[in-house]
Amino acid sequence: MSTHTQATMTTVRSSVVVEAPIERAFEVFTKDFDRFKPREHNMLPVDIAESVFEPHVGGHLYDRGVDGSECRWARVLVYEPPHRVVFTWDISPRWQIETDRDRSSEVEVRFIAETAQRTRVALEHRYLDRHGGGWEGLREGVGGSDGWPLYLQRYAALLR
Amino acid sequence: METYRSDTWTALGDRTRKAIFELLLDRPRPVGELASELPVSRPAVSQHLRVLKDAGLVTDQPSGSRRIYRVDPDGLAALRADLELFWGKALAAYKGAVEQATEENR
Repeated sequence: MSTHTQATMTTVRSSVVVEAPIERAFEVFTKDFDRFKPREHNMLPVDIAESVFEPHVGGHLYDRGVDGSECRWARVLVYEPPHRVVFTWDISPRWQIETDRDRSSEVEVRFIAETAQRTRVALEHRYLDRHGGGWEGLREGVGGSDGWPLYLQRYAALLR
Repeated sequence: METYRSDTWTALGDRTRKAIFELLLDRPRPVGELASELPVSRPAVSQHLRVLKDAGLVTDQPSGSRRIYRVDPDGLAALRADLELFWGKALAAYKGAVEQATEENR
């Protein structure tokens, strides 16, 4: 599998080369998003019937549950077929919907034609520090907010 | 004289330490550089760095005659690991989907 993943401190990068023209690569990423988004990542209390990528700026990425409920977990910031999409990641480090927009990270997906029939898809999930993951939570200096127990516990462990 | 405690909450509760931490979030730096960007003395910066280090928020390593301080990446490690797994899986499945779709289209 020619996927490659590397990360700096607040960025996760992942890329893949697909045997398809750039237009098709872009189309499948957006229109067929449902076909590859890992289903087990589900913030709804019921199973996911469908995951939808609304193909325009201001649209959402959302999961629709089998009972019709929806979980909107991303907002489309840039939509430039067939080259680039950028969307927010409104999911907290605990895999819950983050309602504070200042605590969203950002995902950019670029499509680069390597040949007429081959496309490199480079994904960058950045500004992870915006989620707070401990840092912001600690900066706020207030206890009891339920956003970052994972990190708080981790830091607490360091104090023992 | 302030009593320093190796407590993370306390560590970032101080305005100067918060400023130091934010500068290090931007990029790793030696003490001298931090001191030049803040209205505090170099020994004071060193002392603040010790508190941040004791709290597990920054790490340091020698570089020639200086020590370079940086944010301890462990705080983000869990989130990064989750996302790497998520996107790794998603892109692998995407490759399958796009190549299958291309086959079907031929």
